Amino acid sequence: MMAKQQYEQLSPEWFQPAPPNVGEQEKINRPSLTFWQDAWLRLRENKAAIVGLVMIIILALMAIIAPMASDRTYKDQNLRHAKLPPKIPVLEHIHWLPFDGRDANGVDVYKQRGVKEYYWFGTDDLGRDLWVRTWYGTRISLYIGLLAALIDLLIGIAYGGISGYYGGRVDNVMQRIIEILNGIPYLIMVILFILIFEPGIISITLAMVITGWTTMARIVRGQVLKLKNMEYVLAARTLGAPTSRLIFKHLIPNVIGPIIITTMFTIPSAIFTEAFLSFIGLGIRPPEASLGSLVNDGYKSIQTYPHLMIIPAVVISLLILSFNLVADGIRDALDPKMRK
Amino acid sequence: MARYTIQRLVYMVITLFIIATVTFFLMKLLPGSPLQNQEKLTPEQRAIILKEYGLDKPVPVQYVQYLGNLLKGDLGVSFQYDNRPVTELIGDRIGPSAQLGFQAIVLGTLVGLVLGILAAIRHNSWGDYTATVIAVIGISVPSFVLAGFLQYFIGVKLQWLPVAFWEGFKYTIMPTLALSVGVIANTARFMRTEMLEVLSSDYILTARAKGISNAGVIIKHAIRNSLIPVITILGPMAVNLMTGTLVIEKIFAVPGLGEQFVRSIELNDYPVIMGTTLFYSALLIFVIFIVDILYGIVDPRIRLAGGKK
Amino acid sequence: MEKILQVNDLHISFDIHAGEVQAVRGVTFDLYKGETLAIVGESGSGKSVTSKALMRLLPTPPSRIKQGEILFEGKDLTKLSEKDMQSIRGAKISMIFQDPMTSLNPTMTIGKQIMEAILKHQKLSKEEARKRAIELLQLVGIKNAELRMKQYPHQFSGGMRQRVVIAIALACNPKILIADEPTTALDVTIQAQILELMKDIQKKLGMSIIFITHDLGVVANMADRVAVMYAGKIVEIGTVDEIFYNPKHPYTWGLLASMPSLDHKDTELYSIPGSPPDLLNPPKGDAFAPRNPYALKIDYELEPPMFQVSDTHYAATWLLHEMAPKVEPPAIVRERMKRFADIVARKGGKPRG
Repeated sequence: MMAKQQYEQLSPEWFQPAPPNVGEQEKINRPSLTFWQDAWLRLRENKAAIVGLVMIIILALMAIIAPMASDRTYKDQNLRHAKLPPKIPVLEHIHWLPFDGRDANGVDVYKQRGVKEYYWFGTDDLGRDLWVRTWYGTRISLYIGLLAALIDLLIGIAYGGISGYYGGRVDNVMQRIIEILNGIPYLIMVILFILIFEPGIISITLAMVITGWTTMARIVRGQVLKLKNMEYVLAARTLGAPTSRLIFKHLIPNVIGPIIITTMFTIPSAIFTEAFLSFIGLGIRPPEASLGSLVNDGYKSIQTYPHLMIIPAVVISLLILSFNLVADGIRDALDPKMRK
Repeated sequence: MARYTIQRLVYMVITLFIIATVTFFLMKLLPGSPLQNQEKLTPEQRAIILKEYGLDKPVPVQYVQYLGNLLKGDLGVSFQYDNRPVTELIGDRIGPSAQLGFQAIVLGTLVGLVLGILAAIRHNSWGDYTATVIAVIGISVPSFVLAGFLQYFIGVKLQWLPVAFWEGFKYTIMPTLALSVGVIANTARFMRTEMLEVLSSDYILTARAKGISNAGVIIKHAIRNSLIPVITILGPMAVNLMTGTLVIEKIFAVPGLGEQFVRSIELNDYPVIMGTTLFYSALLIFVIFIVDILYGIVDPRIRLAGGKK
Repeated sequence: MEKILQVNDLHISFDIHAGEVQAVRGVTFDLYKGETLAIVGESGSGKSVTSKALMRLLPTPPSRIKQGEILFEGKDLTKLSEKDMQSIRGAKISMIFQDPMTSLNPTMTIGKQIMEAILKHQKLSKEEARKRAIELLQLVGIKNAELRMKQYPHQFSGGMRQRVVIAIALACNPKILIADEPTTALDVTIQAQILELMKDIQKKLGMSIIFITHDLGVVANMADRVAVMYAGKIVEIGTVDEIFYNPKHPYTWGLLASMPSLDHKDTELYSIPGSPPDLLNPPKGDAFAPRNPYALKIDYELEPPMFQVSDTHYAATWLLHEMAPKVEPPAIVRERMKRFADIVARKGGKPRG
């Protein structure tokens, strides 16, 4: 503690009253951000999520452009060019990369068979261009993933919203139905469903939706129940706001966070399920291709032509990984409680 | 607790009944029959065979018969495997699948728990980031892709382990690894989150304020309390494992239930598909039931609260 | 009186990615044997951080003790190894926390949680520790102690749990008990019981208590001395009478004026305008100046030192400087000051000051 004396040479001028300006007291020092701006800032800081986002964009662009840019299609067969290893201009000169057109024994197959063209990812046993098929397959996988997520979203919001909003007996019955559905192993339902409705993009998507929507419905219901009794909603109600306005202006903006997170996790899991189905022979039928069916086909010649399995396997892994990274990132960004 | 158990039990039975019914009627909708590949039969022969399979009666009668048989543990006979009973086929194949599943779950949960605990204790360190990245990759890479890489690099290229088949412990290593990566990743992720939450809770502070050492706090207070919720992921994990065995057994040519199931899908062997489906469902529902009960036993809040009712 | 704990110029900072939050900025106080020192202040004033720092319970990183010392039994606690600190925690200095609902391990029996503290610090057999734990439960007023030992926290009410927490803290007869808002989460009637219990135990065991609270009513009831904290500093410290009858710091006036009470005659509750400063960038001069209706020009330039009011009473405000204009506390505070005299009289103490 300091002694008084030290301060005695202070100027009396300094001891004039100077009460603070009242208006200034309420000034907020930091700029205020909306919820979404804040979330975006947090997402941007998450390097893994940004890497994932960039990868998704690249893979999606490839899926859209690559099959169109090539003069070959996913189903064009050319038996004279069957089972060629990958060969990419420029990269072919870097020998430790597997893009030099040589097979497992180091023989340059292109030279041996006199093939002038380059097949960047090689060809399969029917001479179909794997580059085109891989990106075409990515397109199908993405399409199925997005479609399944979208349908889940619509059914889930409707079911969960109604269940949570009306509550009481309606809710009770609707929840029992979900509980029973959830007791049934997901995959078994999907397999049975596809056995009945021949495999195809729509039937595979629907099969996944049949059990997939319950997650979304539960989350929406939980959020609706939680928000329904919050004071600001009660306040809006007492002020006579109509039900539709309550749902759209108050509930939806608040449940949108968990919905986005759930959807982001649905996409990779749908892509995975499709690949799995293809793998056990219930997926897309040839000549159509999805990443899963390509991996499955690749297995048949894994010892001699590993590229047929490895290339689509890498792409599907990157695709699912990217979606998971972005989904994780969005969850952390939207849920400030998880903030470090 | 008793009430809780009975409630779970009732749900289990209802779910099983619904699955049995749905499976039956779906199978009735399916195209094809045991005779689909045998066009040369005379109408008389057809009638005899249909009668033998009980397919000549009206559907409701078949349904009642089917339920009755189910209660007796009779899942019908295969169309393809010389009319052998489905239960026998399942019994033959269950061994390798069970071994594979058991090895994968033991390895997966142990490694996953250790990784998750270490990541939580060293929160925000390099070790934590590494474990988190490994976990995300482990969750993202499908098991059949991983199996492929293992098979190609370790089996074909390096030739350290046999590429396929089931002839001793060495043959189980690669399929077990491929199957357990998902378990490791899921367990590690879940354990890390739980552990971080527990470590930031007030009672950990109380324990530290008592003068308990850091190791003591982690072992006696943090790990125990984070392990309880981890039990809940055992159910979904069992589902994942089952899904995994279907493809892993196919890839490594393991003579297990999953491999047989995939094959019967390819062969349209409906009784086997139906029987195996029911078997899998019952197994998973039973696992989920056990997990629920276990959770009740381990957590005194549920055990004692339920007991008073 | 014998000093049991001396805190000198303690600075604690938290390193977050936006920079350094200076949560405690030079706290100095002594704790005497057998007394109760209350530390009061708004949330974020650094009172909780200070108390956790005494036990070295703050996570490092992000927190760090930047400078200063905490002297206890001739040792500087800020320099002790984690292991030496463990032998002090729970044995010589104990702590009870705010929320009894979350401060006990939900999956461990009450008995085990008490015995854990005993076995850690005393060379007792399990059976002896069990007996001691039962004694402790009886001491804190829990009936059927034998049976209660085997129960889990969720089988206790909030007030009962706080008694258990106190029992754990008392397990090894600590010299100092730090209570971090121990009654904030409890009902008013239970609050009174717990406070009575603490006073009672202090009388029996003779330890010193550091009582962290924002409730001045509790302070008047419990404390011998009071330290008022604002923005990471002690702005006024003195005996309970000095703080309540003769407060000198405008912030203490604000606190006294904003206390709600049942027999309140005014219709409007006073509140201190504005909000506490951002400790990421603490303001120059007196941190309270922007909210202080009595602020002087110098407040915006220079931090006030601790001015001595009496042997035991110090306040950090330029208003105490001889050149400063003479200012009287506002009418509402003067009225409050009178009423506190009555409370103290009622609790049986002789009106001092």
